[in-house]
Amino acid sequence: MMRPQRSGALLVMLPPFAWIALFLFLPYCLLFCYSFWTVSEFQQILHHPTLANYAHLFTNPLYLTVILRTLRIALSVVVLSLAIGYPLAFFLAFHSGRHRALLYQAVIIPLWVSYLVRAYAWKVIFGNEGVLNTLLMWSHGTSHPLSFLLYSPFAVIVTLTHIYVPFVVLPVVASLEKIPRELIESSNDLGARPWQTFLRVILPLSLPGVVSGATFALLLSFGDFLAPLLLGGPASVMIANIVANLFGADYNWPLGAAVAVVILNIVVAILSVTQRLERRWRTA
Amino acid sequence: MSGSRRPVILTFFAACAYGFLYLPIVVLIVYSFNRDGVGGFPPRHLTLDWYRVLFADGSMWTAVGNSVIVAAASVVISILIGFPAAYALDRYSFPGKDAFRRLILLPLIVPGVITGISLLLLVVSGGFRLSLITVVLGHATALTAVATTEIFAGLSRLDRSYEEASADLGASGWQTLRRILLPLMRTSLLGTALLVFTLSMDEIAVTFFLIGRENTLPLEIWSRLRRGATPEMNAISTLIFFFSVAAILASQRLIAGGETSLTPSAEVAGVTQ
Repeated sequence: MMRPQRSGALLVMLPPFAWIALFLFLPYCLLFCYSFWTVSEFQQILHHPTLANYAHLFTNPLYLTVILRTLRIALSVVVLSLAIGYPLAFFLAFHSGRHRALLYQAVIIPLWVSYLVRAYAWKVIFGNEGVLNTLLMWSHGTSHPLSFLLYSPFAVIVTLTHIYVPFVVLPVVASLEKIPRELIESSNDLGARPWQTFLRVILPLSLPGVVSGATFALLLSFGDFLAPLLLGGPASVMIANIVANLFGADYNWPLGAAVAVVILNIVVAILSVTQRLERRWRTA
Repeated sequence: MSGSRRPVILTFFAACAYGFLYLPIVVLIVYSFNRDGVGGFPPRHLTLDWYRVLFADGSMWTAVGNSVIVAAASVVISILIGFPAAYALDRYSFPGKDAFRRLILLPLIVPGVITGISLLLLVVSGGFRLSLITVVLGHATALTAVATTEIFAGLSRLDRSYEEASADLGASGWQTLRRILLPLMRTSLLGTALLVFTLSMDEIAVTFFLIGRENTLPLEIWSRLRRGATPEMNAISTLIFFFSVAAILASQRLIAGGETSLTPSAEVAGVTQ
């Protein structure tokens, strides 16, 4: 750590500090304030602090239902992303051979494709007149289009999984590659079967990568509201959709702010749990 | 585990995973040439008509222009803020450093909705009107977090001895920055700029709440998708896809050699630090 010149250090730190204070700290404070205000029937914001919004949130079962559904969808996305991403990462780290760089790049490229474009592509695939249904009917797999595909939690989960698989693969590959090869070889030399080596050596040592990828997928899908809007039906409304509606058509900013504060708390809670897990597994 | 023999099942699984990753992209591209609209198997009557429609579509290109302006401004701001922030995190110790890092990285993990509405509250409380400027504000705030993690990764890979030599030889802090640090950080900064630009061109969640009358490209596409899809959407998506791939390839040629940071993996790392 260099000993900075006082004035130079201040000059360096002033812009980011000012930016953070003005555009991160202040807006979050405003969000917090709004969550204690209310809206009159003439859609005027009343600046008398009350706990009415929070009381409404915790007594109306709708919000709890939606939060639980959101968690369920987000966890499904994490499980599926890991189920697809871990073996792919394992393949890349240990068995990709000569074309490793190319295969690795091929995981990254979809990340650079617009989120909207990818979500829309699934809509094209799943629609009633979509590619999958018309393919099934063309090949006489079904006589009627399968209408459960689109506008359902299923479509939302597939789309979000598609988006977050690369986010799981990259950190898992990184942690698999950090495992000293001698450890794996000595496990084999000492007579462990490949699956024993995997369960006892490779898997535990790759857990930090799994946790970072899973955390990212969990938090980002928890806060998503675009996939449900585009591909989900009424049964896949997620918590961020409620915020978006309250700030849009339903016009109740204070209640929306209260929901946002709840989301923020859930995000921080999830993060502190996963950070603790990661620290434990990194030192173990 | 020798790597010389490939387990058949794993290889097959990996092939399926790649299939899953690329299926939507392939479908999108193929149907951009389909005369009879989106979907319908097999695709038939291949045509370039949808591209003709797209190129004649004025409001779409206005939106592209808006997006480019917003993205360029976001790159400039997020690097101007992110560079000193990353430098401070890498080199200085100061009270509240941990809180500083958490706060500046917060937009990485906080859902875009929340960043969007909290900035909306700021804009409205300040009595400002929503416009492309407020969109830039949103993008810059969200993407400064990305820029900071990327630049931080670049700074911590750097060999400090050049800067120390420069200081020992009597260069001022400013001279060391301009003559030594910035040239050494060129690749990292280029990579960061490219990543921020691409993410800004694609941003919806934050933009959603801060947009005024003028649409960015994703919001223009979004509003049309809500009205019903045509292969024109496939055509613009195909162009965006090839543009992104070209940008990655070009930047990798540009940054040939050194380890590129052109993946959001640093973001992932930043989240769980």
